[in-house]
Amino acid sequence: MATASAPARQATGVRGHRKPNRSGYFFVAGYVVLLIAFGIGPTLYAFWLSISNSRGQLVGLGNFTRTFTDYRFAAAFTHIMVYVVIWLVTLMVLVVSLALMLHGRMHRTSAALRFLFYLPGALAGVASVVLWLILLDPTNSPVGFILRAFGWDSLATVILPSHLPVIFTIIAFWTGAGGWIIVVYGALNSIPPELVEAARVDGASIFQIARMIQIPLLRKWIAYMLILAFATGTQLFVEPQLVSTASFGMIPDGWSPNQLSYLYAFQAGDFNGAAALAVDLLFIGLASATVVVFRGGLFERE
Amino acid sequence: MRTKMVGAIAVVGAALALSACGSADPAPAPSAKADQFAPAAQDEAGEITVWADATRVPVVKAYQKAHPEAKIKLVTYSGNANGATDLQTKVQLFDRTGNGWPDVAFSATLSDTAWAAFGDKPYAAPVDKVIDKSVLDGFAPGALDPCKVGAGTYCVRNDLAQVVLWYNKKLLDKFGYTLPTTWEEYQALGEKVAKEHPGYLVGTAGDPWAPEIYLWASQCPASTVTEAKNVTVDLKNANCSRMVGMLDKLIANKAMSKAGVFDAGFIKNQASKVLLMPGPSWFGQVLFNSTFKIPKGEIAAGAPLKFASDTATYTGNVGGGVWYISSHSKNLKTAGDLVSWVTTADEAQANAVTYPAYTKAAALWLTKQRDSGYFAADISPAFTQAAEQVWPGWSATQYSQEAIYASTVVPALNKDQTIASTIDAWQTAITNKATSLGYKVN
Repeated sequence: MATASAPARQATGVRGHRKPNRSGYFFVAGYVVLLIAFGIGPTLYAFWLSISNSRGQLVGLGNFTRTFTDYRFAAAFTHIMVYVVIWLVTLMVLVVSLALMLHGRMHRTSAALRFLFYLPGALAGVASVVLWLILLDPTNSPVGFILRAFGWDSLATVILPSHLPVIFTIIAFWTGAGGWIIVVYGALNSIPPELVEAARVDGASIFQIARMIQIPLLRKWIAYMLILAFATGTQLFVEPQLVSTASFGMIPDGWSPNQLSYLYAFQAGDFNGAAALAVDLLFIGLASATVVVFRGGLFERE
Repeated sequence: MRTKMVGAIAVVGAALALSACGSADPAPAPSAKADQFAPAAQDEAGEITVWADATRVPVVKAYQKAHPEAKIKLVTYSGNANGATDLQTKVQLFDRTGNGWPDVAFSATLSDTAWAAFGDKPYAAPVDKVIDKSVLDGFAPGALDPCKVGAGTYCVRNDLAQVVLWYNKKLLDKFGYTLPTTWEEYQALGEKVAKEHPGYLVGTAGDPWAPEIYLWASQCPASTVTEAKNVTVDLKNANCSRMVGMLDKLIANKAMSKAGVFDAGFIKNQASKVLLMPGPSWFGQVLFNSTFKIPKGEIAAGAPLKFASDTATYTGNVGGGVWYISSHSKNLKTAGDLVSWVTTADEAQANAVTYPAYTKAAALWLTKQRDSGYFAADISPAFTQAAEQVWPGWSATQYSQEAIYASTVVPALNKDQTIASTIDAWQTAITNKATSLGYKVN
C-alpha cells in the first residue's frame, strides 16, 4: 500500500516550476516518519527475513523456492488472480459509469446518492464482512429469496469454492467502491465545462462525450485507482479468514497468499517462509504498479 | 536507464542465489524434555495473567473470590474455539519479543499441545512438575493422554467430550422404535426412518467434527501419531470404509443431514426432527438445551454403538478443553493452584456446562444433571461408560482434522457427491497439511 501510494502522491503534489520551499520538508516530515516506521522499516525487515533462516544465516533464494513448491502456493495465487481480475474489471466499469451517471443527468439526487454510495465504506472492514455473513445465509438473509432463486438453500451451498471470487468481489465493491465513486466524481468536476459544452454543441451524444472526452481525461485517476485496488486486492485476508471461521473451516485456511503467509508464520512458526511470500506479493504489486504508472502516464506533467 | 536497472536486479538475484550458505529449511522443533524444565525466577506474590474464554470466565472469577490473596489479571479471548488460533498466534509473537506470555491459558482445542509442548523453550510447562501427582491421578483414565508428550504432561484437562448416542426419547417412543446398540442396527433404523418418517434425522455429516464422531468410533487410522512426528493416515483402511459406506447410504436416503448442527438453517428447520444423533457429551446442554431449545424431558443419551464384528466398543471424542501453565511464568505456585482448583474443585466443576474430566467432580456433575430434570432418562450410565471407551488410536495433531474435513469433504457433500468419492482428495489434503508442518506421513 505505502509503496504504491507514495509515487501517486508525488505526482499529484508537484505543480508548475515554483522554487522549492524549505517549509515543505516540515509538512512531509510527519508522513515520512510514519512511512519509515510502519512502511519501509517492516518491508526491509521482511526482506531480510525472506533471505535468511531462523538461525540468522543468509540462505539466498531458498525460502522463495521452498514456498514456491508448497502445495498451496499455486492454488492461493490462482485464487487471488481470478479474484483480482474480476474485482478490477467490475470496479473500473461500475465506478466510472456510476460516477458519469451521477455527474451527468442526476443533479438533483446526486448528493444523496453519493452519500449513500459512500456509507458502507464508513463501516470497518471486519464489521462489513460480518454483515455479509448474515446476508449470505439464506435462512437469515433479508435477500434470502434471491439466493434461493439460484438454488442455494444453505450457507454451505452459497460459499462453495467456485463462488468465492465473485462473493469477495461483491463484498469488496460494497465496502470500497463508494470512496472511489466520489474520487472519480471529483475528477469529473475538474474537467473544464467548456470542453463538454463545446462537444455538446457539436452534437456529441452523452456516450460520445464520455468516451471521447471524459474517460480519456480521467485516465490518471483510473490508473491511480487500479494501483491501489490491485494492492488491496492481492492482500485479501479478512474476508476469506472470517468466512472460513464462520463456516467452521469450509474455506481452506490458505485460500489467499496473505492467509498462507499467516499460516507459515503462526501455525508453522516459520517467519522466514512467511516473509518470502510477503516479498512475492510486494514484487507483484510493484511490477504491476510500474506497468500502470508508465502506461497510464501517471508521472507525466501537463 | 531501464536496461541498467534490469542488469542490477539480475546481479542482485545472482548474488542472492550464490550467497546461500545456510539451509532454508525451518528449524526443526525438538520435543520438550520434561526433566530439563527450568522455571524462571519465582515471585509467589506476583500477579498472574489468565486467558480464558467467555464460558470459563465465571470459574476464574469464582477462584478469585475463594482466594482473595491471589493477584489475577483475567483476559477474555476466543478460547481457540472453532478453529481459531489466537493463542498460538500470540505465543509465536511473544516468543519473538521475549515477554507477554499468559501465565495460565485455557484452550478449547485439544490439539494445541501439539505445538505448545514443542520448540526450543516450549510455551507449556510440564504440569506434573507444578501440580501434585495426587491431583493428576484423580482424572478419568486416559483423560490426560492428549496432554502427554514423551514422559511429561503438558496440560490439565478441563472436560471430556466422549461421544455418546443422543436420542429424542419422546419421538422414539412415539414412532415405536427401539434404541440401536450396534452400528448395523443404527443403519437399519436410519433406512426405516427414511421410509416411514421422511424428514426425521439420525445424525448430521456436515459438521467439521463428523470424522471425530464417526471415523474415530470406527477405529479408522486417519490420525495415528506413532512417535514424535510420525503420523499414519490411511483412509482406505477397512475400518474407515465401513463407516464411510454407511454414512453415504444414510446421506443418500436423507436420514442423515448434510448440514452442520450449528447452521442457522438446521437450527430453524430441522432441530426438532432429530431422532438420533451420535455426538459428544456437551451436545446435551450446549446443543439440545441451549441451541435447539428442545423442551425438558425429551432428550436422553444412550451408550456408544459398536460394530457387530468388533469385540470391544470404542467411541470418539470431540474437543474437551485444556488448561496450560506457562513455562515462562514467574508465579508457578499460584498458576498451578488456580489450574488445579478450576479443574477439580466441586464449586468449580459441579455446575460446569461440560462433563468434568476429574472423576470425583464428574460424579457430582452427573447428580446435578439428574436433579436438573432436563434429560428424559439418567445420562450417567452412558456417560461413564463412554468416558472409558474413547479409542486411543486417534491422536491430536498440530493441524486440525476438522478444518480439513470442512474444506475438503463438506463442499463435495453440498455438490451431491459421496464421501467415498472424496477419499483420495481427503487423504491427499491430510498428507499435504501434515507434511507442511514437518510430520512424516506413513
